Amino acid sequence: MKRENIITKLKKEKLTGRSGSSFPTWLKWQLVKKEKAEKKFIICNGSEGEPGTFKDGFILQNHPNEVIEGIKIALEFLDNSTAYIYLRKDYYKRFAYKLKKLTRNLAINIVKKQGGYLSGEETAICEAIEGKVALPRPKPPYPTQKGLWGYPTLVNNVETFYWVAKIAKNEYKNQKFFSISGDIKNPGVFQLPEKWTIKKVLQETKNIPNFDFFVQAGGGAAGEILLPNQLNRQIKGIATIIVFNRKKIDLFQLMKKWNNFFLRENCDKCTPCREGAFRIAEMLQKKKLDNKTLKDLFFVLDATSLCPLGKIMVNPFKSLIENLL
Amino acid sequence: MKKKSFYIFINGKKIKAKKGETILEVARKNNIEIPTLCYHPDLKEKASCRICVVEIKGKNRLVTSCSTEVQEGMEILTNSRRVKKARKINLELLFSQHKEECYDCVWQNNCQLLELAKKYKVTINRFKDRKTNYPVYQFGPAIIFDSSKCIDCRNCVEICEKQGVGFLEVKETKDHHLFKVVPRKDKVCVYCGQCLIHCPAGAFEGVGEFEEIEKPLNEKNKIVVVQFAPSIRTSIGEEFGMAYGEVVTGKIAAVLKKLGFDKVFDTSVGADFTTTEESKEIVERIKSNKNLPSLTSCCPAWVRYIEYYYPEFIHNLTTVRSPQVILGGLIKTYWAEKQKINPKNIVVVSIMPCIAKKYEITRPELKIKGMKPVDYVLTTRELARLIKRKKINFKKIKPEKLDNIFGNPSGAGVIYGASGGVMESAFRTTYEILTKKTLKRIDFKPMRGMKGIKKAEIKINGKVRKIAVVNGLGNAKKLLEEIKSNPKEKYTCIEVMACPGGCIGGGGQPIPTNKEIRKKRAQSLYTIDKKKHIRKAHKNPIVEKIYKEFLEKEKSLAHSILHTSYSKKTKEKIKKLK
Repeated sequence: MKRENIITKLKKEKLTGRSGSSFPTWLKWQLVKKEKAEKKFIICNGSEGEPGTFKDGFILQNHPNEVIEGIKIALEFLDNSTAYIYLRKDYYKRFAYKLKKLTRNLAINIVKKQGGYLSGEETAICEAIEGKVALPRPKPPYPTQKGLWGYPTLVNNVETFYWVAKIAKNEYKNQKFFSISGDIKNPGVFQLPEKWTIKKVLQETKNIPNFDFFVQAGGGAAGEILLPNQLNRQIKGIATIIVFNRKKIDLFQLMKKWNNFFLRENCDKCTPCREGAFRIAEMLQKKKLDNKTLKDLFFVLDATSLCPLGKIMVNPFKSLIENLL
Repeated sequence: MKKKSFYIFINGKKIKAKKGETILEVARKNNIEIPTLCYHPDLKEKASCRICVVEIKGKNRLVTSCSTEVQEGMEILTNSRRVKKARKINLELLFSQHKEECYDCVWQNNCQLLELAKKYKVTINRFKDRKTNYPVYQFGPAIIFDSSKCIDCRNCVEICEKQGVGFLEVKETKDHHLFKVVPRKDKVCVYCGQCLIHCPAGAFEGVGEFEEIEKPLNEKNKIVVVQFAPSIRTSIGEEFGMAYGEVVTGKIAAVLKKLGFDKVFDTSVGADFTTTEESKEIVERIKSNKNLPSLTSCCPAWVRYIEYYYPEFIHNLTTVRSPQVILGGLIKTYWAEKQKINPKNIVVVSIMPCIAKKYEITRPELKIKGMKPVDYVLTTRELARLIKRKKINFKKIKPEKLDNIFGNPSGAGVIYGASGGVMESAFRTTYEILTKKTLKRIDFKPMRGMKGIKKAEIKINGKVRKIAVVNGLGNAKKLLEEIKSNPKEKYTCIEVMACPGGCIGGGGQPIPTNKEIRKKRAQSLYTIDKKKHIRKAHKNPIVEKIYKEFLEKEKSLAHSILHTSYSKKTKEKIKKLK
């Protein structure tokens, strides 16, 4: 396949990044291509840190060849490039051996994730591979401009590379991988049309509960809370659905669980995220949510946090409070 | 290569900007105010306080102006409703982790936090202070770190690391997984005080910075003699709203007299003795080819750094005492005898740009006949505070002369306050001893300036000698490692000052301090030198006289006044005050 061809194909198929950010893949590839540099890097992000999300692990388990094929296409597309597959610790343990074997003669390195959730953020991965503490860098510059060791770097999710390989072979059917879990009968990873609504996904996978429920869609920490009558929409963000039984779940406990996740995983560098998570914890402890304060905290988290973590922290709390409290 | 320039719009105004500049840089160049807290020009932008946020048209989220580069046609709002709201809330969150103790804070007169609180109508007690129970540490006799005031910008951690020390670190705690700044048990603080200079929240202060500054004035029935360091004369004016680098030597003398000190002397005269003695030592070391490179030792933080982190270099340190210590020693011996005063009734106070000097005077090796050469050290900031407390109008006070016999230094003694000054002074003297010729070109330009490591080769008596001047301990570490890994790199002399730019950037100096300010303070010292009739330390008449009359006669006493010793230091327990 001609190298320029892949851009046309990616553009035609409208493939978007499968980390949840939904950035047009063709555009990212072109941005890295356009940068002038003596060398470039490619990172396949297998850090999959969002709770309730396990589709990258599923793909690495069942389709490693396609993932590597996708990375190979990127290697051919970008002059003088080297690739890294960045795997979260348990994935590294499970798949590194196999992946190393499969990539033996290729410019692909397998590396183990350092640190927690945030070290899966694209600039934090660059820091980690450079041997530094895996914390996000301020953006801009974006990795497409200055990524690994300051060189233009293409960072794509495991699943994105899988679909690149499929698109190159004209086998793409506009599908994506859904991680479904919670209080349901058929949990697992499902490959389904990306346009499907949450309702359709739950119906087709025989996971619509027969009790009063709500879902968290878009990630077990970052996802928003939706009621049964709000499911006629596609998921925003990562294709993760968690189903909760409304009668069984203690909402404050659930919020505390999220908040503990954010307290544990944030880097405490920026003011809104560090102090915001702390003040939310304080309110949850007292079981007293002050609306004015929450509104202000959500505002600064959304508008001024240093990395996406602070911004996404708003989603679950805001939607839960609006829908269920 | 010339950088591409283009236009951007700030608050609707068309402004020329260059590719690679940040929004903050362009704004400040054009006198558009954007508030900052964690930003410090000496450090990397961490963009963590989120106070310098601005709005960019077409972007949903606000961006930090300190870390965002301008782009052609960018439309920026620095004061929109959303920007103001974000700053207000983020400030309230910052105040929620900052214990206010405004009455004794190093930022007392120019606290950025308070100023912003007023400007953005911040409710400073909106949230309960979450750090009330955080500990207060004391590092030796020099620094106090009150972590309950810390706003987590981590500037101190970065500068400590940059200084090659790494004594401060961030550590995750059990309390909500929050990180906090803590001292490391496996390292020691060298008391340079750069953490204080770079902390926007006043979490660091000198020991006694507020409570003890009046002590020297309360010494009853004593002759209280004060000396002040070279670099003070071009920095203390800042505390009273004067221009950066303004020379105020005479005003300092006047104000010290008004405060009630009995005699006012100049530490620069002490520096002339240090230079003269050190030059003799260098000549000896060159002749015997022993203990080279000779390392300067007038910076106590640097000495401590060697004693703890690089003890293998202890024998390279010059044994000559620092200017304040030599002068203190001469005051309590030679001068006391001349004045017929019992030295036990003399109290010597030094005004220093430095926190580590507070530590230096506690070193037991320095005692002469059981006496401490210097009894108190006040920093530049502390003297300024004392002047303010006593309601003396510094700006208006009429300059006065310093007292005899230690009131008139050579130009060489004055430039001690800037990085390269010690080397330049030593060169002026050593050259003349070694060649027995008069040095005509007195200015030694390659040693001047703010560059971290300055190297030069000089030819003396037909032999090329390598010398180096270093400011900033991190740079010193680099050079030491270079010497260790490449023994063929043979230096004759190395000057090291722990603080960036030398003493003019010291931990006891007025804040803010940054590169531009340091430059101005240093330049003025060279201007003083240029105007001096006598510019070589050994040509200072008082130096010649005292060597002839006293030091060369009483050899053993002279040795105890002029020289000291060093020893390997070990870990110390960190004191917790609270």
